[in-house]
Amino acid sequence: MEFDVEKLAKLSRLSLTEEEKEEFAGECAAIIAYVGEIEKVAVDEPVPEAGELRNVMRADVPYKAPLATPEELLQEAPKTKDGFIEVKQLFTE
Amino acid sequence: MKIDLSNLTIAKARDGLKKGDFSARELTEAYLSHIAAENATLNAYLEVFDDALAQAETAGKALDRPLAGIPLAMKDNILIKGKHATAGSKILSGYAATYDATATKRLREAGAVFLGRTNMDEFAMGSSSENSAYGATKNPRDLSRVAGGSSGGSAAAVAGDLALASLGSDTGGSIREPASFCGVVGLKPTYGAVSRFGLIALGSSLDQIGPFAKTVADAEVLYSVIEGRDPLDSTSVPEELRRAPGEPKRIGVPMEFVERDGIDAEVFADFKSSLERLKSLGYSLHDVKLPNLGYALAVYYIIMFAEASTNLARFDGVRYGLRKEGDSVLSMYELTRGEGFGKEVRRRIMLGTYVLSSGYYDAYYRKAASVRALIANDFKEAFKDVDVIAMPTAPAPAFRLGEKSNDPLAMYLADIFTVPMNLAGVPAISIPSGTTKEENLPLSLQLIAPHFGESSLFNIGKRFET
Repeated sequence: MEFDVEKLAKLSRLSLTEEEKEEFAGECAAIIAYVGEIEKVAVDEPVPEAGELRNVMRADVPYKAPLATPEELLQEAPKTKDGFIEVKQLFTE
Repeated sequence: MKIDLSNLTIAKARDGLKKGDFSARELTEAYLSHIAAENATLNAYLEVFDDALAQAETAGKALDRPLAGIPLAMKDNILIKGKHATAGSKILSGYAATYDATATKRLREAGAVFLGRTNMDEFAMGSSSENSAYGATKNPRDLSRVAGGSSGGSAAAVAGDLALASLGSDTGGSIREPASFCGVVGLKPTYGAVSRFGLIALGSSLDQIGPFAKTVADAEVLYSVIEGRDPLDSTSVPEELRRAPGEPKRIGVPMEFVERDGIDAEVFADFKSSLERLKSLGYSLHDVKLPNLGYALAVYYIIMFAEASTNLARFDGVRYGLRKEGDSVLSMYELTRGEGFGKEVRRRIMLGTYVLSSGYYDAYYRKAASVRALIANDFKEAFKDVDVIAMPTAPAPAFRLGEKSNDPLAMYLADIFTVPMNLAGVPAISIPSGTTKEENLPLSLQLIAPHFGESSLFNIGKRFET
């Protein structure tokens, strides 16, 4: 039942201050203890995780009018260059 | 002429517009001037749209549509093309929607006027609207108290006559609880009744868009406009599977679940007098057992944490909103999300990551999914015997601003009577039923129907409120 804030923040891609790490550790441990009460419920057979399944089909044709143009979408990106979204270099040699 | 906003309903406004008592422009003007006077105090709106009057002019030209010229408020997580939408978060500051939500499109086609976007708990995570990055919304009935949440701005806008009606979203009570706190009607439709396309997601298996209004009849009008199959939302239910029930007669009361530790004495007394009223209207009351509902909060929070942490992974500083540069792409993600998300959002993302991580997955997420099926089955069994189930909406009236903001677990407990319906996917309506004696705070009755039983809720609700 251990709640390792640093590891979870890293997995969640979140930066936290030292103060927050301490605060979250206590609060999250209390919340986990509370929701852990479902341990007590007897379940004969676990349900499939996706719940009830049914096929959802649509005609295999493109939408007539696009919902947004590439230009409109790019306009929302914080940084663009030559019609692409720009981020720092991912791989270095 | 002066329009009496406090007694106005959609039905009366349509009548006034048709008879020419006032124009669509005059009606929108009346709301804009009331907003200008009141919003600084209430903080119901985050933005009032500068084209509201132009929308009204256009809407007023074809008055035969069901919402022609009706001024509405929209929760800040429902997209309107070209308008800012932030979901109450700094991480989406500056973002403007590139398309309409399906609910928006349907309202627009029905002639509605969008006055502005309303305040909310960040990404709909909260029960008081105090988690907004843009300040709390105050309750128009008592300014020292919260408006409820997460759709607090939409509830306060209707209660304070800053809009004739509004839309919100309900993941675990986010329409019904603020409706109850502010003394207005709020409906969470059946899961799959209203398209979620263009709703900024919190818990995708739980979220539904629904209306706030001053009367049950007004809520019904809004619902009839926004509901319907949408090919853009794969969870929206095909029309042929939407079967409306017959005339409701039998009402179930899960007294064992309602009469619990922590329920406010006045809430309980008001609930009992609501039951008397239902009886006097000719309905028969029957005890129903919902044996697994005591686990609903725990199940709800596990599932919502898991879905929220997954849904919010998309906010990474790359495609929209805020970006905080770091010395690598990874540090850009961490800084953007660390600074862009508020505390409650980060808390829930980490809790979701925890319940989904290998080693804990079976004990939490998988177990919660199984217990959720038991809860859904409890409703199914109960509805074999009764047409509708009655409960209070919230265990207590609106609490004071700041009262629970430092205790996340206490805040979660405010949702005890609303989360089970999101887990089961069944529709529920909150209808004002009375007030507390000394402070005159609104209290509400909640009615719950089987899937696609909205007509039963409207049917009983209209008789109950008059």
